[in-house]
Amino acid sequence: MTDWIDIGTLADIPQRGARTLQIAGEKEIAVFRTGDDHVFALVNECPHKKGPLSQGIVHGHSVACPLHNWTIALRTGEAQGGDKGCTPTIAVRMEGDRILIAPPEQARAAA
Amino acid sequence: MDFQNNAGPETASEEALFMPSDDVREHMVVVGNGMAGCRAVEELLARDRDRYRVTIFGAEPHVNYNRIMLSPVLAGEKSFDDIIINSRDWYSDNNIELIAGDPVTAIDRAGKTVTSQSGRTVGYDKLLIATGSDPFIIPVPGKDLPGVISFRDMKDVDAMLEAAGKGGDAVVIGGGLLGLEAAHGLTLRGMKVTVIHLMDTLMERQLDEAAGWLLKSALEGRGQTILTGANTESIYGDGKVEGVRLKDGREIPASLVVMAVGIRPSTALAREAGLEVDRGIRVDDHMVTSDPDILAVGECVEHDGNVYGLVAPLWEMCRSLADGLTDRHSGYKGSVTSTKLKVAGLDVFSAGDFSGGEGCEDIVLRDASRGIYKRVVVRNDRIVGAVLYGDTVDGGWYFDLLKREEDVSGIRDLLIFGQAYAALGASGGGALDPKAAVAALSDDAEICGCNGVAKGQVVACIEKGACSLDAVRATCKASASCGSCTGLVENLLSVVLGDEVQSGPKTLCKCTSFTHDDVRREIVAQNMRSIPEVMQLLHWSTPDGCSSCRPALNYYLLCALPGEYRDDQQSRFVNERMHANIQKDGTYSVVPRMWGGLTSPRELRAIADVVEKYNAPMVKVTGGQRLDIFGIRKEDLPAVWADLNAAGMVSGHAYGKSLRTVKTCVGSEWCRFGTQDSTGLGVRIERMTWGSWMPHKFKIAASGCPRNCAEATIKDFGVVCVDSGYELHVGGNGGIHVRATDLLCKVATEQEALDHCAAFIQLYREEARYLERTAPWIERVGVDYVKSRIVEDEAGREALRSRFLYSQSFSQDDPWAQRAAGADSELHQPLEPPMPFGAIAAE
Ligand SMILES: Cc1cc2nc3c(=O)[nH]c(=O)nc-3n(C[C@H](O)[C@H](O)[C@H](O)COP(=O)(O)OP(=O)(O)OC[C@H]3O[C@@H](n4cnc5c(N)ncnc54)[C@H](O)[C@@H]3O)c2cc1C
Ligand code: HEM
Ligand code: SF4
Ligand code: FES
Repeated sequence: MTDWIDIGTLADIPQRGARTLQIAGEKEIAVFRTGDDHVFALVNECPHKKGPLSQGIVHGHSVACPLHNWTIALRTGEAQGGDKGCTPTIAVRMEGDRILIAPPEQARAAA
Repeated sequence: MDFQNNAGPETASEEALFMPSDDVREHMVVVGNGMAGCRAVEELLARDRDRYRVTIFGAEPHVNYNRIMLSPVLAGEKSFDDIIINSRDWYSDNNIELIAGDPVTAIDRAGKTVTSQSGRTVGYDKLLIATGSDPFIIPVPGKDLPGVISFRDMKDVDAMLEAAGKGGDAVVIGGGLLGLEAAHGLTLRGMKVTVIHLMDTLMERQLDEAAGWLLKSALEGRGQTILTGANTESIYGDGKVEGVRLKDGREIPASLVVMAVGIRPSTALAREAGLEVDRGIRVDDHMVTSDPDILAVGECVEHDGNVYGLVAPLWEMCRSLADGLTDRHSGYKGSVTSTKLKVAGLDVFSAGDFSGGEGCEDIVLRDASRGIYKRVVVRNDRIVGAVLYGDTVDGGWYFDLLKREEDVSGIRDLLIFGQAYAALGASGGGALDPKAAVAALSDDAEICGCNGVAKGQVVACIEKGACSLDAVRATCKASASCGSCTGLVENLLSVVLGDEVQSGPKTLCKCTSFTHDDVRREIVAQNMRSIPEVMQLLHWSTPDGCSSCRPALNYYLLCALPGEYRDDQQSRFVNERMHANIQKDGTYSVVPRMWGGLTSPRELRAIADVVEKYNAPMVKVTGGQRLDIFGIRKEDLPAVWADLNAAGMVSGHAYGKSLRTVKTCVGSEWCRFGTQDSTGLGVRIERMTWGSWMPHKFKIAASGCPRNCAEATIKDFGVVCVDSGYELHVGGNGGIHVRATDLLCKVATEQEALDHCAAFIQLYREEARYLERTAPWIERVGVDYVKSRIVEDEAGREALRSRFLYSQSFSQDDPWAQRAAGADSELHQPLEPPMPFGAIAAE
């Protein structure tokens, strides 16, 4: 069984926005909330030139990177359109209004 | 877990309708005389009438009634008698003993008995738990005050009706299905109702934002007050409810508070009996719990990780349960659900997964004139979800296609128009091709419902030379109103013209068929007030737009509704959201305003302190005559601003589609060539114009003589001072395509220079397209046009100027001061999980 981590409530994240999350020893995570209240977590780095995806404009289930406007699918981390690249994703589960994420591999091994 | 407001059978009219004497059949005891319990018994009887002797315990003092019809009872559309499912005769005809008004309080699995509140103990061979759900009561102070009611059973409805009889104000907490039905009923009963909803979208579990917005507007139109994004802090009152207080301090008076925030499976009894319980009572595919002699069904169960809150899944569960008990092996496989809101006159339907995303294609139809929004989500040629508002006749059809996982690629293009249209396409013999379907339509088939234009008319107008969508719109009005027939008209164009169709002017973005100018015109004409409203009324083809249209709409609304429109932060580019410029390493640069390029020891000291305190790796003098501090971390921004604010500095908006800087030269104060006080003028212009949002960035300069040291002739607005006054120049640009300004006019006084500047900016704000700088805008409309509005039309200039100043009265709030004071702090702070990592183990 996965040791899910409770990282807060839906209301902590602005709709069509994101917050970041730092777990020691891990890359910063961006936790997104879409217009229809789905929550996704990705490493906070664009596959292009590591732009902070958490700062982009969230539309549908995608985010537009703030640096050069690549569009990244939140569910898969894949760059859309003609662009190629993929950002690692982190599994998310909702329990009522609480957001739980699966710990990144490395951290789990250490735990 | 107890029953809120339902603490016991005080009306315990315990009834034994039928007492079996010496029946030797296996005894089945049912706990819960509700929709699932009784349906399970019905299914069982239908399969094998004689196998079990049945006893049903019910906490409520009633026969089984249709719980979902409590809403029409509350609304006065039905009476209790109308909603009874199983009358007393049903129990007696089937030899069922009903013990109503006496809840079961304990199960003894070893002895195979149950005991009720009144002390009755009954043995069982098979036990069926069908206890449904308990309303969830949010744990706020005052939740137990008299007058706080949930919405679950007939008793709650009676209590609401009693309160409504006295009139007054009611608050419904929870804007989901249940809450809105309660609010509707109470409104019809004459109460003034406020709905408090935690999320930004009503019924967010069932609806997307667009449909939620339509619903909200419709309910507001019916006199309800809907507060979304509203968090209840407490319920207050002395001995009884007097009102609800929100976290933001607002107080809403109310003599009745209906708590409808959600339900929790009623599992206490099962848990105490030691059955496996997670979110609900765990059951297998035949509804058997962890004890083979105990079954459970309905809302109280968890099957394959899912719990349900609607009746359709219960029916399926009951069939599998009865099959299992009578040795048939169908097995329950989980349910896909659909929802309809039961509020008369409001048609809302949703089914499946409409969250969109990867591999999903949204097909959206918006028909503003009829208040319709439809969205069908397709993945791998199969419908996976649907949201319908305003016109739900095709809900059942979509749901059916969804459940059967039918391949819809053949009807893909006509799908959104509904079953009738799709069938029409098919009967035209070319269901695979929307063009063929359109070609097959008869000449008098209506294409445009709004303007009543038939196919024959559209074809005639195309044949007479209208060879683009816009030309068709202009000549025969088809698709000129709501636009929902745009696809049909485009198909007709290509049927008639083949490849000669001309594409129209560029649309705002791929989400809409309207241009920037169309959108702006309609926003003003129809007095639109929010982004979802624009998207609905103008038939956006995506649910919440894209990174091109959202910032544009946000700006257009901001410009159209100064002081009224609430800026949508999530529709702004990062720099405008963070009030700083993002750099390629994700840090930010901060540029404090220096009025007209002037600074002072105090400001310079504050900047130097910030650079040291936050380890900024670089400070640079910008081309705009101010200082740029580089390498500030997102988390430090509010503190940096607080320090700069303390020295009297405000944001330089170096990040915005807004007024950037007013560059000046030293002018007549110091320079031997200077003709006027260009520095003072620059400062005054900057004081007047700072903080204004524009279609794009806007730069100003003022030079003291034609030597033009401030490079005013490559600015959006430039002043070149001369002996006899001020030359005003517009539309200049540095950058890749250098463009020198056009001379707008010459004025005699500084005040006139300021007035012309304000009027010019407002004209640009109101008429240029988003992300169009003044240079391309002026090339597009012509400098003569600008002169005709600013120079020749004095009254018009004055009107523009005063609109600008009015709008400025709202925008000259220093965003840094707001943030430094704590506004939007979540934008800067990372999430803080409630427990340190690793401390939480799964159950
Ligand atoms: C106002 C309202 C409107 C609704 N509208 C819709 C709708 O439009 N569409 C839809 O699909 N669904 C709707 N629902 C949901 C639907 O009513 C439920 O899904 C359904 O009633 C669940 O059936 P159930 O048998 O599991 O629970 P219930 O019908 O709640 O039956 C459980 C019964 O068990 C009794 N009980 C509990 N504990 C004990 C005990 N220890 N001993 C004895 N008896 C006990 C309870 O008193 C209750 O009578 C609505 C619900 C409400 C309240
Ligand atoms: C999107 C890309 C750009 C970014 C992020 C950017 C950023 C900046 C910043 C941060 C400044 C200093 C801030 C200030 O003093 O207001 C600046 C100044 C300036 N930029 Fe850019 N700029 C961009 C594109 C351009 C383009 C396309 C032009 C030419 C049209 C241009 C011309 C100038 C000039 C002339 C200045 C001097 C300051 C002034 O007069 O405002 N920049 N820019
Ligand atoms: S523009 Fe003219 S007045 Fe201003 S500094 Fe240059 S020479 Fe002097
Ligand atoms: S870093 Fe994201 S688009 Fe370039």
